[in-house]
Amino acid sequence: MASFPPKFKVLVDKEVCTGCLKCTLQCPFDVHIYDKEGFKASGKDKDERKNFIVRNQENCVACQRCVFTCPVKCIQIEVRPPTYNPHPVWTDAVRRDLKTQSDTGGVLLAAMGNEQPYPSYFDRLVIDACQVTNPSIDPLREPMELRTYLGRKPEKLEFEDNGTSLKTQLAKNLKLETPIMIAHMSYGAISLNAHKSLANAAAEQGTFMGTGEGGLHKDLYHLADSIIVQVASGRFAVHEEYLKTGAAVEIKIGQGAKPGIGGHLPGRKITEPISKTRMIPVGSDALSPAPHHDIYSIEDLSRLIYAIKEATRYKKPVFVKIAAVNNSAPIATGIIRAGADAVVLDGFTAGTGAAPQVIRNNLGIPIEAAIASVDQRLRDEGIRHWGSIIASGSMRSSGDVAKAIALGADAVYIGTASLISLGCTVCKQCFTGKCAWGIATQDPNLTKRLDPEVGARRVSNLIGAWSHELQEILGALGLNSLESLRGNRDRLRGVGLSQTELDVLDVLPAGR
Amino acid sequence: MCGLGGFINKDGKKVDGTAITTMGGMMEARYDERGGGFAAYGIYPNHSDQYALHLLFDDERAREATEEYLKDRVNIVKDECIPTASVKEIAPVHVPWRYFIDVPEDFEAVEADFLVDTVMKINGSIPGAFVISSGKNMGVFKATGLPRNVAALFKISDYKAYAWSVHGRFPTNTQGWWGGAHPFNILDWSVVHNGEISSYGTNKRYLEMHGYECKLRTDTEVVAYLFDLLVRKHGLSAEVACSIMSPPFWKNIDRSDKREYYEALRMTYAPAMLNGPFAIIVNNKDSMIAFNDRIKLRPLIAAELGETTFVASEEAAIREIEPELDRVWAPRAGSPVIARLNNAGGK
Ligand code: SF4
Ligand code: SF4
Ligand code: SF4
Repeated sequence: MASFPPKFKVLVDKEVCTGCLKCTLQCPFDVHIYDKEGFKASGKDKDERKNFIVRNQENCVACQRCVFTCPVKCIQIEVRPPTYNPHPVWTDAVRRDLKTQSDTGGVLLAAMGNEQPYPSYFDRLVIDACQVTNPSIDPLREPMELRTYLGRKPEKLEFEDNGTSLKTQLAKNLKLETPIMIAHMSYGAISLNAHKSLANAAAEQGTFMGTGEGGLHKDLYHLADSIIVQVASGRFAVHEEYLKTGAAVEIKIGQGAKPGIGGHLPGRKITEPISKTRMIPVGSDALSPAPHHDIYSIEDLSRLIYAIKEATRYKKPVFVKIAAVNNSAPIATGIIRAGADAVVLDGFTAGTGAAPQVIRNNLGIPIEAAIASVDQRLRDEGIRHWGSIIASGSMRSSGDVAKAIALGADAVYIGTASLISLGCTVCKQCFTGKCAWGIATQDPNLTKRLDPEVGARRVSNLIGAWSHELQEILGALGLNSLESLRGNRDRLRGVGLSQTELDVLDVLPAGR
Repeated sequence: MCGLGGFINKDGKKVDGTAITTMGGMMEARYDERGGGFAAYGIYPNHSDQYALHLLFDDERAREATEEYLKDRVNIVKDECIPTASVKEIAPVHVPWRYFIDVPEDFEAVEADFLVDTVMKINGSIPGAFVISSGKNMGVFKATGLPRNVAALFKISDYKAYAWSVHGRFPTNTQGWWGGAHPFNILDWSVVHNGEISSYGTNKRYLEMHGYECKLRTDTEVVAYLFDLLVRKHGLSAEVACSIMSPPFWKNIDRSDKREYYEALRMTYAPAMLNGPFAIIVNNKDSMIAFNDRIKLRPLIAAELGETTFVASEEAAIREIEPELDRVWAPRAGSPVIARLNNAGGK
């Protein structure tokens, strides 16, 4: 017996239901159960079959799969009104967690981003627009440039032959046609069809997808020019060919959803193909250690960066990803000085397939503050051009992207937004391996629900739409190139922020 | 909206300030009385090897503090009040002063940086003192008033220069104050500007990383500092500096046979790109450079007569001083007008 009341009500309009049984096949969480024996024994007519579907409402996670797939749309999922005697401290959620924990005695696992109601700085920043004296620019009629280069830039250029030919050799950069990349989500955490969808979308939009720490399936090697391969503490799938295949290599030190904690992929998701790609046995839990066991200092990190650069003949930019934490600014400058071509900052609301809930909900700092302090520190040290800043963690719209860039980011990663585009409903069950939408699962019956062609088109649509919106924002600002918004905090204003917060973000309050 | 104009005689032949005043006066519909100014090159032949610092003082205390500060740092060869006439339209809220100075020998190798630093320190830390120009054999004259009244105030017609620029201001984004009028200057770079630098925040923070302090409460100063950084410090040509500040669009670069060259420029100098509507005239001792934003959202006309090159917001302003011209054209966005002295470095 569960220790708490069900969260959702599964309502079926029996008048409309045809008894087709589709819901019983579609729900991976065993909510709609067909009592076949009962029906047979009853000897009733086929019309009556609908009355032999039992609904285990307490299992429902509101993934909405049955709602969308029911041919006559007769299912509705409702949140049950709170059932405990209300208490402002001992909220329903708190009581639920305590009871679940008492049932199992374990660490509570959670999926997707931080659920605590921390205020969002993005929601308290507004973007400037121009009127009269600096005319806005119409992106439909004038060029509006989003092209972005990630990597090390020289401080200055030198020329030969009277200034006509270039003497300075530029380091390898990644060229993006839009500053929006797809975040690292591993093959294993998500399905091959999801990986295919994301990789194709990235290629189509002239941007990049991260592999996550699960390696790259052979079927995706042909898209490698649009792929950033990851090296994480578990070193799953890392071999020379893999490093050489991607357009860039990213070392993951930490991630926003679980700073200080390694990856966790439950054994039930380690199927045959995953085991091949990751180079680990089928069914074994893939637990990456919290730190890299060869990195205990910035010098060690530098060695790994240069080991990878050597292995790839200095043809691939090397990025380093960290969770946004109090000390991000000195850490990030250390990373850039250690030789990284970009530092990836992952904010405390970033998504995950599985993380201890207590870590996810309580550790890390907002991405906005991390971008602002890292960008400023790199400038104070005069090395902003040594490396790029990539921001990630709950970019919900092109507005968030524009604000991240104005605060100082060069580009962003989107994770959850791209999954929602694929069909994810944020049901937060990724760690169960039962994703009803074929994304965070390896069950062939479920993964086939995601058509990679459709998926690629949808994610490409999303990135394309955000890019158009970014162009609209630039036009309204009277800018025709994204580089003029980058670090341009002058075009942001704070609403409802304290002076200290304004100082941290280095923006003025609205009206000034 | 603002009115701007300028000319340079490539042979270094000097004319007095009457013509430039007339030029400015022709564009009075473009500005009001909240800021006018002039830059003049070649005006101090007797002190051509010394830096001429033009300052505005709010009071005697500011002057004394500045003098104390300068005495410790540089050799003051001469200092005096900049002569003014009384003009009823302009209240004498500041005392204009000039110093001719030599940089001590120890700092000769880094003379220019030393001077930039000196200017930044005065402007940043001496209340009521403000350096408005700091080049050799040149000077900026500016105040809150119509250019013709500013000309009368500073007796502009008494100076003879081979290159002049003028600006009348219609301030829309910042308050009118003497220091806020154009031209803006650092060393021998002077900038007059019509429009708005919408990329100001990006440019400012890039310059701050390179040791410049943008304290003037206006966006034009970044242009002067960018020229100083790109041309003087990075050793780039004026042409390259213009293609950094107002670069070609990617769609043209991708098709160009100099793709790699422009890609490197835009990658490296992305934060130095100027965005927003503008027409800008930049002078230094050797040249006059005029250019527009990438889609030409502000007017700019150029003309030539013999060895003189003219630029202005309006053709009428040029025709008023030289009705017959050899050539008149409207420079396209991204095609700067660059006129250099035939004998660069000439007096
Ligand atoms: S919403 Fe999802 S979990 Fe709930 S009944 Fe439908 S399919 Fe099952
Ligand atoms: S899918 Fe809809 S129509 Fe079919 S049995 Fe379920 S509720 Fe009834
Ligand atoms: S990926 Fe799947 S399991 Fe995870 S939240 Fe989205 S829909 Fe739910």
